[in-house]
Amino acid sequence: MRVNFTVNGRPQEADDVWEGESLLYVLRERLGLPGSKNACEQGECGSCTVRLDGVPVCSCLVAAGQVEGREVVTVEGLADFAKQRSCGTGACGTAEGQDSQTGEGTGSSPRAALSPIQQAFIDAGAVQCGFCTPGLLVAADEMLERNPNPSDADIREALSGNLCRCTGYEKIMDAVRLAAARQGEAV
Amino acid sequence: MPSPTFEFAQAGGAPTGTPTKITQGSQTKGGIGESTLRPDGTLKVTGEFAYSSDMWHEDMLWGQILRSTVAHAEIVSIDTSEALAMPGVYAVMTYDDLPTEVKNYGLEIQDTPVLAHGKVRHHGEPVAIVAADHPETARRAAAKIHVEYRDLPVITDEASATAPDAILVHEGRDDHHAGHVPHPNIVHRQPIVRGNADEAARKADVIVRGEYTFGMQDQAFLGPESGLAVPEEDGGVHLYIATQWLHSDLRQIAPVLGLPEKKVRMTLAGVGGAFGGREDLSMQIHACLLALRTGKPVKIVYNRFESFFGHVHRHPAKLYYEHGATKDGKITHMKCRIVLDGGAYASASPAVVGNASSLSVGPYVIDDVDIEAIALYTNNPPCGAMRGFGAVQACFAYEAQMDKLAAKLGMDPVEFRQLNAMEQGTIMPTGQPVDSPAPVAELLRRVKAMPLPPERQWESSEGADVRQLPGGLSNTTHGEGVVRGIGYAVGIKNVGFSEGFDDYSTAKVRMEVVGGEPVATVHTAMAEVGQGGVTVHAQIARTELGVTQVTIHPADTQVGSAGSTSASRQTYVTGGAVKNACELVRERVLEIGRRKFGSYHPAWATAELLLEGGKVVTDGGEVLADLVDVLENESVEVEEEWRHRPTEAFDLRTGQGNGHVQYSFAAHRAVVEVDTELGLVKVIELACAQDVGKALNPLSVLGQIQGGTLQGMGIAVMEEIVVDPKTAKVRNPSFTDYLLPTILDTPIIPVDVLELADEHAPYGLRGIGEAPTLSSTPAVLAAIRNATGLELNRTPVRPEHLTGQA
Repeated sequence: MRVNFTVNGRPQEADDVWEGESLLYVLRERLGLPGSKNACEQGECGSCTVRLDGVPVCSCLVAAGQVEGREVVTVEGLADFAKQRSCGTGACGTAEGQDSQTGEGTGSSPRAALSPIQQAFIDAGAVQCGFCTPGLLVAADEMLERNPNPSDADIREALSGNLCRCTGYEKIMDAVRLAAARQGEAV
Repeated sequence: MPSPTFEFAQAGGAPTGTPTKITQGSQTKGGIGESTLRPDGTLKVTGEFAYSSDMWHEDMLWGQILRSTVAHAEIVSIDTSEALAMPGVYAVMTYDDLPTEVKNYGLEIQDTPVLAHGKVRHHGEPVAIVAADHPETARRAAAKIHVEYRDLPVITDEASATAPDAILVHEGRDDHHAGHVPHPNIVHRQPIVRGNADEAARKADVIVRGEYTFGMQDQAFLGPESGLAVPEEDGGVHLYIATQWLHSDLRQIAPVLGLPEKKVRMTLAGVGGAFGGREDLSMQIHACLLALRTGKPVKIVYNRFESFFGHVHRHPAKLYYEHGATKDGKITHMKCRIVLDGGAYASASPAVVGNASSLSVGPYVIDDVDIEAIALYTNNPPCGAMRGFGAVQACFAYEAQMDKLAAKLGMDPVEFRQLNAMEQGTIMPTGQPVDSPAPVAELLRRVKAMPLPPERQWESSEGADVRQLPGGLSNTTHGEGVVRGIGYAVGIKNVGFSEGFDDYSTAKVRMEVVGGEPVATVHTAMAEVGQGGVTVHAQIARTELGVTQVTIHPADTQVGSAGSTSASRQTYVTGGAVKNACELVRERVLEIGRRKFGSYHPAWATAELLLEGGKVVTDGGEVLADLVDVLENESVEVEEEWRHRPTEAFDLRTGQGNGHVQYSFAAHRAVVEVDTELGLVKVIELACAQDVGKALNPLSVLGQIQGGTLQGMGIAVMEEIVVDPKTAKVRNPSFTDYLLPTILDTPIIPVDVLELADEHAPYGLRGIGEAPTLSSTPAVLAAIRNATGLELNRTPVRPEHLTGQA
């Protein structure tokens, strides 16, 4: 079958999709967007979290055919998505240019500036192997959109569908707190 | 940042350490000791970082493995015809299609068949492989392979393995352990005898004995086993793979393919965690076989179900301990017997036995010991490396013993441990002196001194916040029946490969001018699995070479072996190799400088010279030349192997020998709240104090300690692979049924880091990755015992153990 839907603001068409394929498979294998990860294919780990019409979902549990005509945001589109959101609230551009201390020549990259949550994950040390990171970023970004000043319990509840095996979650907590604090300063 | 959860302590006050030496004293920005950020961080947060499961090639096929549905059986027949006839299927291979006489592989003992031959020895053993043009086609084709099994009795424990009439899991063993084991179903046995435990026991005023059970834990790295094999024009193959050790894989893969090692090129693809589970091969050989058979690139990605069968697990264990102590609290002796279940294939079992026995005493001074550790061959899932590697199981048991002894003596459990704690100069049961700081008592003091989390945190003006309570959002209690407990534990882990293994690493470092700036390139075969080795390598190069720009070359087999990313060893060993190569590059750069500019300034000949800020400077700070002018168009490159101090094998009868490179220590305090009516546990806090020697990257150090701590908590209260004792089949191979800690299950993890330099190690550093995984588990168990008064000799603890239903 053919599936038409919008991914990260761009119309996409996937051909020869077998009815059993998931949205995750179509993103990764047919549209060249492997950022969403497949770690359990059971909706337990959250590594494949994307937004479907704004709602965070495990894309491994969404049949490709279900997304016909709908809008999907993946980790690859998160920076643009966050930028457009901040433009919409009149805070355009303030999210850019968070200076990090990598010494790795950041800031010269031609890609869009990272979203606040992406930059916070790097700065707080929330990334180790990074396999859980895309799903966590999408989930955390969505939470901060709903709840700009989350308590620790709120953060834990919102991210409880995303497993991480490396960090012990402490630096992930730090990253979300940091993104919320920077977001607060920017407004 | 809100709520700081850590502090860094310098060596100072009571325990003094050797000052950390930075070889050339350069203060280059982004060098060692700073929390520089990951060079791969941006790629990982944008989704662009290419993990092994993201590999893609034009025209590639998908591979699938057919696995045994039974644990122990003869294979009567295999019929592949229906699978081969399916449209889209390019190849089906069984044992009979293997290209050479080498049909087995293994880390130490080559006992693992690439594909089953005549017999399967565990549930999920690979029997056949398929390549097809769509992963679902490959799965369906594999399902159409008909295998007829004739069941054999299953061996599942020590009794069935060593019974007089026991079936041998492996007939005709000729490996180097076969000669000294008491039964062919025992992989390896390591006794350690020192002093006279029986005689010393007579001095004991109290004796405690315990029998402990440790469940089977899964590494549960999130990135599944996967890779892409691309056939090459010279008849060889290029494998893009997630592994912990490229060269070890290569050594096992090439002979099975019938190729010389130079025709098997290996490049590290992005690794989504490892924790020991990628030390053994998984789909490597299968992908290469299918690629060479079909002439097309072949990608294999395990799903989670398959991943539970596709890698070894942490050895489940039975541990029998006896300790004695005098009235004044000195331990008199220790006897123990540790039985590890190695499952169907040897994997790393012999080395796990060596660790379990040599570290079975824990970080304590006990002169009279009688120790035995064995690993069994059974038909359970194969077990091998996982973070903590034999030391984890022992720590769970000896720390329970420490609490029992303290209770029997009426002593404080922390003070009792401190009274018996080892220190620098203590002799290990193997006879090896501990010749670097061993601040065991101090770590306990620090972890105990940390402020306790407030009581009844769930209470608020709006009623109970159930998220903070046992049972959480299941809303099972609002505080009724909830009691708090506190427990302590401390552990000892070896760093690096032990027992005489030639545990070297290799680094290639190049320095040249690129775009008007001096740039260093670091090339190693080190597997970056998430630990941050790449971050540290760049820091070392900046410190040693005084440059800002460092390029980390992708890891591959075009450079010498880096050894394994395991045993807490990579920062020590490959970090040491990078440091060493940088030092050699620096010497050659200075030679060039002397040749070109020596006549202009006497300091070139007389002063100690450093590379700093892109310049050659004297130790007095005078600038002699720009590196750009020294190097001009020249590039300086060095590839060199580097070794730490050699170790010795353990004597097979007495266990004596200087077997370990370095020791690593961590202590934990756990605070738990238990709903005693339902048997639900909420771990409130897991505080850790650890000596790291020197924190090359403090942020990464905290990440390792916190991550290791949580894996220890997992096996205390949640995680366990359940194997049916009647059939030896795995009953919970999924994330639905194998419970990993979520962020809601996770306590706060405050960390106190101590830096006491080990003068034998680069920069004084200590391997850190594993120690926090040891003491976390027994600390949580001790806290639950403290809360409930139950004995709890098994981990993980389940609700039925707390409510008296089990």
